[in-house]
This record gives sequence, structure tokens and C-alpha cells, in this order.
Amino acid sequence: MIPPEFDYTVPESLDDALKALAEGGEDAKVLAGGHSLLPLMKLRLAAPTLLVDLRKVPGLRGAERANGGWRIGAMTRHADLQVNGDLGIVARAASQIADQQVRNRGTIGGSIAHGDPASDLPTVLLTLDGTVTLMGAGGQSREVAAGDMFEDYLTTAVGPTEILTEIHLPSMDGWGYGYEKFNRRAEDWAMVGVVALVKKAADGSCEDVRIGLTHMGSTPLRASATEAALRGGGLDAQSIASAAEHAADGTDPPGDLNATPDYKRHLAQVLTRRALEQAAGVSS
Amino acid sequence: MSAVEDTPTTKHVGRSLRRKEDPRLITGRSRYTDDIVLPGTLYVAFVRSPEARARIVSIDKSAAEARDDVVAVFTGEDMDAGGPMPTAWVPPGVTVNTPEHWPIAKGTVNHVGDPVAAVVGHDRYAVIDAAEDVLVEYDPLPVVMDLEEALKDEVVIHESLGTNKSHEWSLGGGDLEAGFAEADVIVERRIVNHRISGAAIEPRAVLAEDRAGSLTIWSSTQVPHFLRNIIAALLGLSADRVRAIAPEVGGGFGSKLQIYGEEIFCAWATRKLGHPIKWVATRSDDMATMHHGRDQVAYVRMGAKRDGKVTAFHTKIIADLGAYHLLLTPSIPSFGGFVMSGVYTFPAVQTDVIGVLTNKFPTDAIRGAGRPEATHMIEVTMDQMAHELGMDPLEIRRRNFIPPHNEPHETAIGVMYDSGNHEGTLDKLMEHVDVAGFRAEQERLRSEGVYRGIGFCTYTEVCGVAPTRVFGPGGFGVQGGGWESGMVRVNTNGSVTVYTGSSPHGQGHETGFAQIVADRLGVDPQQVEVIHGDTATGPEGLDTYGSRTLAVGGEAVARATEKVVNKAKAIVAHQLEAAAEDIEVRDGKFQVKGSPDKARTLAEVAGEAYIPLNLPEGMEPGLEETAFYDPENFVFPFGAHACFVDVDPDTGKVKVVRYVAVDDCGPAINPLLIDGQVHGGIAQSIGQALYEQVVYDADGQLVTGTFVDYALPTANEIPTFETDRTETPSPTNTLGVKGVGEAGTIAATAAVTNAVIDALRPLGVSFIDMPLTPMRIWQAIHTAAGPAATEQGKAVGEHGQGSSGSGPASPTEGGAQ
Repeated sequence: MIPPEFDYTVPESLDDALKALAEGGEDAKVLAGGHSLLPLMKLRLAAPTLLVDLRKVPGLRGAERANGGWRIGAMTRHADLQVNGDLGIVARAASQIADQQVRNRGTIGGSIAHGDPASDLPTVLLTLDGTVTLMGAGGQSREVAAGDMFEDYLTTAVGPTEILTEIHLPSMDGWGYGYEKFNRRAEDWAMVGVVALVKKAADGSCEDVRIGLTHMGSTPLRASATEAALRGGGLDAQSIASAAEHAADGTDPPGDLNATPDYKRHLAQVLTRRALEQAAGVSS
Repeated sequence: MSAVEDTPTTKHVGRSLRRKEDPRLITGRSRYTDDIVLPGTLYVAFVRSPEARARIVSIDKSAAEARDDVVAVFTGEDMDAGGPMPTAWVPPGVTVNTPEHWPIAKGTVNHVGDPVAAVVGHDRYAVIDAAEDVLVEYDPLPVVMDLEEALKDEVVIHESLGTNKSHEWSLGGGDLEAGFAEADVIVERRIVNHRISGAAIEPRAVLAEDRAGSLTIWSSTQVPHFLRNIIAALLGLSADRVRAIAPEVGGGFGSKLQIYGEEIFCAWATRKLGHPIKWVATRSDDMATMHHGRDQVAYVRMGAKRDGKVTAFHTKIIADLGAYHLLLTPSIPSFGGFVMSGVYTFPAVQTDVIGVLTNKFPTDAIRGAGRPEATHMIEVTMDQMAHELGMDPLEIRRRNFIPPHNEPHETAIGVMYDSGNHEGTLDKLMEHVDVAGFRAEQERLRSEGVYRGIGFCTYTEVCGVAPTRVFGPGGFGVQGGGWESGMVRVNTNGSVTVYTGSSPHGQGHETGFAQIVADRLGVDPQQVEVIHGDTATGPEGLDTYGSRTLAVGGEAVARATEKVVNKAKAIVAHQLEAAAEDIEVRDGKFQVKGSPDKARTLAEVAGEAYIPLNLPEGMEPGLEETAFYDPENFVFPFGAHACFVDVDPDTGKVKVVRYVAVDDCGPAINPLLIDGQVHGGIAQSIGQALYEQVVYDADGQLVTGTFVDYALPTANEIPTFETDRTETPSPTNTLGVKGVGEAGTIAATAAVTNAVIDALRPLGVSFIDMPLTPMRIWQAIHTAAGPAATEQGKAVGEHGQGSSGSGPASPTEGGAQ
């Protein structure tokens, strides 16, 4: 529980941070809230030689409406998100991350760049079809769509000399949302989690729907079959229940101490039904 | 239920006083072992085996030794003293195969985490890096991880023993064969009680210093006196040259009732290197190499008449002892055998224990130590029997209760319960629980898809360890006494200092003991300081475990206080020209009965005692007395608990929605402290029932090495407890008290399990083992609903076995065996 020796720097500008990262070599890592990276270091599963701490880099914290959607700084803490009701599903999901101490330190950018498929916010990003801004050494930036962001377990599109600076999410005003996170203890990672967003047409039918799955694979996933089954159809309890039976279609979830793949697929169905019921405002 | 009382009074026993020790603890001003810093200290990191069983081919220390910050690297062969590690309690009268066990492994390793080398250096961080530079070549050997597989001896772990079986031991009484022969119904179950960790919040920490021929060891331990004696024995020192100190200790739960090899190494190394040596465990160290608890498979068999009277109860316990025998390892399963009658008049009871060695870390005493296992077996089986008989689970208990008794009651196995009123605690519980109302609500909730269940446990346990003649050499074989000491010193200013040989570590005894002393001496508890945990201060002692501290240590303190009171009365009588028997302690003064104006405060008495110009002829100066107390019997607290759970049938998740506990530990010294112990005990037991499990994989790797995977419950998972008490005095001690430190842990796993089964019965699940995790419950529901259950026409749970007799589920269906 004691990490190997490492160097540490706290740059005060994004340029300096990018420079430190580039000069730090392949084992330099960005430190945001530290609530994923530091435990890995203490268990000696990660051994960066340099930590570039972003906490003093200006302009990386806060959420604001921009271009009809939301621009969220990468260093925005989960605790900032959870109290911002305008953020809807983002606030709801953030409020269920670990415990309050972790939410006070952990950041949205750190969570997304880390790419843990058991974490809450990567699934939210994927379900909302958001994008992230990555700044590279030399100051050039690129936008990466959520669908291209998560490559594999703990592997994202963020390059070794890049820093994730912003998250862009579409406004989901007018959509209903539901969030179901299943774990043994309130502060645990999700055994399975489901994000559901539903846009109702004037006649009450399903104009559009998006469903994201947490910890059902090596990356966050969309429950495409359930989305397709619901889109354009009814949103009554029966329709939701039948559509939810397809929630785990095509998934190959990893088994672990708490859940076999079979049980996870079952949970995905149950939780998808419940999240959709919340989002659509119906009770079973 | 215990409102804090702050109003002034002269009677303090029975009051819910806030804990005297809390201000220093909750403001971070106390001192734990790692807070103690000595000049020149060297730090230790242990190189631990990644293999569960292997021959050590070679150890290359050179790279680590070459580091500037490393002073020395030691292997097991380098340690020229300090072992093998002792076992202080083996079951008497049977052959016990005890494998050789060293602080640092010699030749072979037998569990993951077995130390193979120790790196000593100047920096606590650098030694951890340096430990990675010690190159150990292992020749892996086949492992044995399953306790029933181990009994086949296909792979023998310790070749010198020739078997994995440690021992067999039995305790019984009554005619078992006749009991089963006359039974109308026999229930048989295989009950698994899984492996758990004590998980004290303060990890182990050790600091040893050898100075001028005297060795001092600070350790986060429950047992400084044991530690002193064993260090002296293993290092060949005279015990008077060894001082062991347990400073503030952040929880033990039995896992610090142990002498660890790391402690012995530090004591050895400080003598070798001439520097203070410190080792502080990480959480991962503690999860892997701090003794675990439980890990038993029990085959239980209970016979009963159709009227609910149990005729015989037999258990065969196979206990996974792990790779070695630690201090009490082989005897822990037997401890449960002493209370295998439960709170019932079972006419025939037998417990057979088979101890088995595997490639896991050893098991030993964790809160309850054998008694939670026994209670779980008895109380789950009572519910299973009630269901087989079609009888209410409380009714079967009432039909078998031992009648209320104020004098010792002898059970079928010859254990003398000191006093009890089991029907009384259940009646008290029923004042809080409306079973009929619950059943109606349960039915209604089920129609809404909520599966609620209620479960009960009526328990007793044996604690107040221990009467030496019963427990010690010649009795149950503990190599030592069971007494405790107390010393009470009235200081010159009238304040009081109490020394106890017990070694509390978070329970609140400083407050409870102060209340006992304050009442007798007519002072405020704030004027009474209680000192513990240091073998060089106060009289000899035997430390804290087995819910003994109040019932044995508190009694010793009370007796020492009585001696002080008698001396003070003699002084006051002499000075006021009254008879000593006419002096009473009243309103904070020693006064002549009926003459409040003729009185002396304790401070005034102390003044006379320490400036001895006017003492009775021949009286020694001073006001200080010591008492040693060896109890005549154990104490047997008891109680009745009810647990309410909701089970989500879609996911299998269990939520404890209500928990009511009625406990009887005799007259309360401080109800707040009792509630604290009961709350913590139940929480720990809910933890075992629903969340916690130490898991090894088939290769012997520890899967639950951190608190991420070892799921200790938090405040989110634990309900608000409702507690109440009855008070049946124990005739064993003058305070009438019984221990309560383990009671909640002993009672709750059965209450939770019975509640979950009650909730699941409509889904066809009639039995399930702990831990009751969502996945296991979901699997049980699905197994029950599957074709097998339908074919048999009878729903059974995951590990459920139907009644071995042909007894139907309801007596109205006829067809008795």
C-alpha cells in the first residue's frame, strides 16, 4: 500500500502541463483527482515516474451551457456535478459515484480518461453521444466522439502526451432519464449499471431512446437491441419489459468475485427495465 | 435506547455515561504504536511468498543488501532464536498434529504471504522497494484449498505429519442413539460457515527496543502479557527483562489475540542490530496474514418429537485451520462445543470436531470464536425443524427452553449455565415485535413484489474467560490461568488510579471500571483514571479476550476497591471514634450511619493515610490495594434477536430493514457501553451474513486482499438497531455481570439467515448458506424454480437437503416417520 518513488510537478498553465508531460517520457501520467490512479500506485499496479498534477491549471473546472449543449471542464469534481440539477442524468450518475469523500476529489475528466468500464461517467458520456477535447503537445487539439473514446479495458483514445481538457454533452432538455446502479455496498463500483434516456413524442410513444451499460464489457456499451425495440413504439410497462429482455444481447461481460457473466446479463435486463421505467415515468 | 445521562448524582453504576476515553480518541490526541518515534529506529519490510505452497530453492539477498538504505536482510535460517511459534491451547486428551511454524519460513512456504525474508533499513518506504530486490526462487508444490478434499490426504501439506488432519475431538452427553430413535422427525443439513477477517481499523504495528539489557515492545495487541511471556520464552530472556506495552489499540475483534511472527522478528532484530525496530502492516498485509475466523463445514442432525421437543442434536464440524496452528487455532471450533445445547433442554448433544490443515492463512479467534458457529448451527436448524414440523419458529423454541434459573443449570454435556431466563428475553422481544401484524404485512408486501422475511435467534454463549480449574492445564488445556487482577490506588489528593491486568482496546472499560470504583469510594468517575496495557505497571494480568474484561477484570477491580473501602472505613472509624461497621459511603463521603455531620471525604482519608499520624494501631500507611480474582464459573449471557429483511427477487439483493435485540448480560454497569458492544457485534455479524468473505482461488491466491473485495458493510448497509435488555444477575461474580462483547456477533448470523429463508420460502428456497450475496440468492431462487425442484415436488435451496426422514412439511399432511 506504499507506492514506488515518483516525481511530481504542479504546473500552473496548460502549456506547462503539456510540456511537462511530453518531457516526462512514457511513464509520466496526468494526475487529476487521483482516486483511480493513486490506489493503483499504492497497490503497485501502476508505477508512473512522474505525476503532472492539473489542479493549478486554470480554466479546467466548471460546467456551463455552450452551443446548445454543455461544456464541462475536465477538472470538474463529481461533487460539483452532483449538485447541479440542470445536468440531469450527469448529476444523478455523479451523485452515486463511490462516497462523498471520493466525489469531493474525483473529476469527470479523470474518470473518462481512465476508462474503467465499471465507472459511472464513461457510460453517461457514451449514452449522451458526447465528445471530449484532447490537447496535445504543441497546443493542437482534437475532438473525439464518445464512441471512439473507449478502446478497451482502461484504454482510451487519450494519447500519452495528450490531456483531456473538456467534455461536451448535448442538452438533453426534454428527455426523461433513469439511472440504475447495482452494487453490494453503496460505495462500490457498479456490478452492472444502466443509463436510460427517453424522449417521448406528443402521443406518448417513444420518439427516441438511448441506453448505456456499465461493466458489461471491457468498455461502456450501448444496449442497441433494446433501443431499436423501443424506438417509435409504445412506452407502456409491457413494451419496456419486453424491450429490456434484449438489454444484454451481444454482450460478453467479464465475471468476477461478485457476479458470473450469466448473472450480469440477468441484472442488465432487470436494471434496464427499471431505468427505462424511471425515464419514461411508468411503473411496472 | 440508552439516552446519555449527564445529570449530577452520587450513584454511577447503571448510568449511560459518555465514554471518558472518547475525547482523546476522537480528537486524534491519543497515541497508537505507529505514533511512537524513537531515535535511530530501523524499519522492516517482509518479503512474502506469492506461492501458496512451495519449496524455497534459493534466496538471493545481494541486490537488496547492496542498497545504501538497507542495513540487513534476514532469512529464516538467519534467525538464530525466536521459534518455532507456540500454540497455547490445544484440545486436551487427543493427539494434535501441529506443523512447525517459524516467524520467517524455513525451507518451505505454506500459504500466500508466508514471510521468506525481512529487509531492515533506515527508511520505511525504501525497505518496501528493497524487498522487491530480494530474489526468491520457488519450486511450487501442489496446494490443498478445500477442507474436505484435504481430508483425503491425496496431497499432504506437511510431509512430517503424514496427514492433513490436525486432530479429532468430541464432546457429548446424554444418549444420542436413543434420542434419534425416539424422534418423529430428523432434520439433516450441511451448514457452511465461511471464512472472515477481523478487519480491525488499525493495522498491526510493532516497535521493539533493546536498551541496557531490557527489551521493550510496543504492539497493537490485545494480549501484552502473553506477548511478554512468549517473547521471553522464544528469545531465551527472563520475563522480567521484557516489557510489553499495548498503547492505544484501534480494534482487535480477536485478530490481535495473537502472537505474530512479525512481533517476534522485531524483538529478535532489535537485539541483533542494536536499534529500535518498527514494522507497520499495510491493509494488504493484514488481509493476507492476520488470522482469519470461522471456515467450517458442519453436518448437523437434529431429532424431534412431533410436539416440537428436540430429542437429540449431533454436529460434525470440519474446521479449516489453515496452514499452521497459531496461538489458539486448534481449539476454536471446540469452544463452540461447550454451548451446543443452546438455550434448550436437549437431552442428548454431541459435537465432533475434525481439524484440517490447508494452504490458507490460519484461522483463530475472531469475535465469538466458535460460539457464533455453534449458535448458527443450532438456531438455523431449529428453524428448519420448525418448518418440517409445521410449527411456528418461536413455539418450537418455547417448547425447548431451559426454564428460568438463578442457580447453575447443567446441560446434557455437563456445562453449568450460571443463570438464565430465555423465555423472559423472548417475551421482552415480543413487546417490540408484532409477529401476527408482520405476517399480514408480509403477505400484503408480497403482492407488491417485495419479499420480506423475519428471522429469530435465541442464544446463549459462554464467556468471562475463565475459571483456571476448568480452562487451564488439567481442564480444557489452556497453558495458563484464567484469573484477572485489579489494583486501586487512592492518590494523595483523593483522586483514584486503577490498574487492570486486562487490556481493553476500544470497548470503553475505562468508563465502566471508573463507574464501579466511583460508587464504592464516593467519588466522581472523572476522578478515576484506569491504566491498562503495560506489563511494567500494575500487577500481573491476563489481557482482554473472550468477553472477560468486565466479568473477570471488573470483578477484580471491584474486590480491590472493597479492600480500599474497608481500610478507609477503619481509618474514619478510628478518627471519629465509631465502629468500622457503622461507617457508610453516602453522598460522596465516608460517614457515620445516621450522622451526616460526622463524615470524611476520600481526599481527607487519603491525607490521613499518607501522613500517618493518626491511624489505627498497627495499620500500614497508604491507601492502595490489589485483588486477584479467579472465577468459579464462566458467565453465560443470553438473549433474543429478531431481524427483518427485504429481498429483491429480481436481483437477489437483501436489505436489513429492522433489527431488534434483547440481550441479558446481568445488571448494566453502563447501558451506553452495552449498546455500543451490541451494535458493533450485530453489525459485524450482518457483515458476515450478507457481505464479508475471505476468498482464495483454487491455486491458493487470496482474491479478497483489499477492502474493495472484502466487503465490510458501511453505515449505508446497517439499519438503526433497536435494543432492550433484561437483567438476570450471574451468581458467578459479585457484580452479577456477564460479558457482552461478543453477544451480538454470536446471535445475528442466524437471525439474518432465518429472515432471508423466511422471505424466500414462497419462492421455493428453504435453505441457503451464508454469505447471502445477491448472486447466491438469485441462483438459489433460480435453482428452486428450475425443473429439478418441480420434479421432486419439493422446492429446495442451493445447498438444501430435505429432511432425511420422510416427515412432511406440515403435520396435517400426515405420514410421520
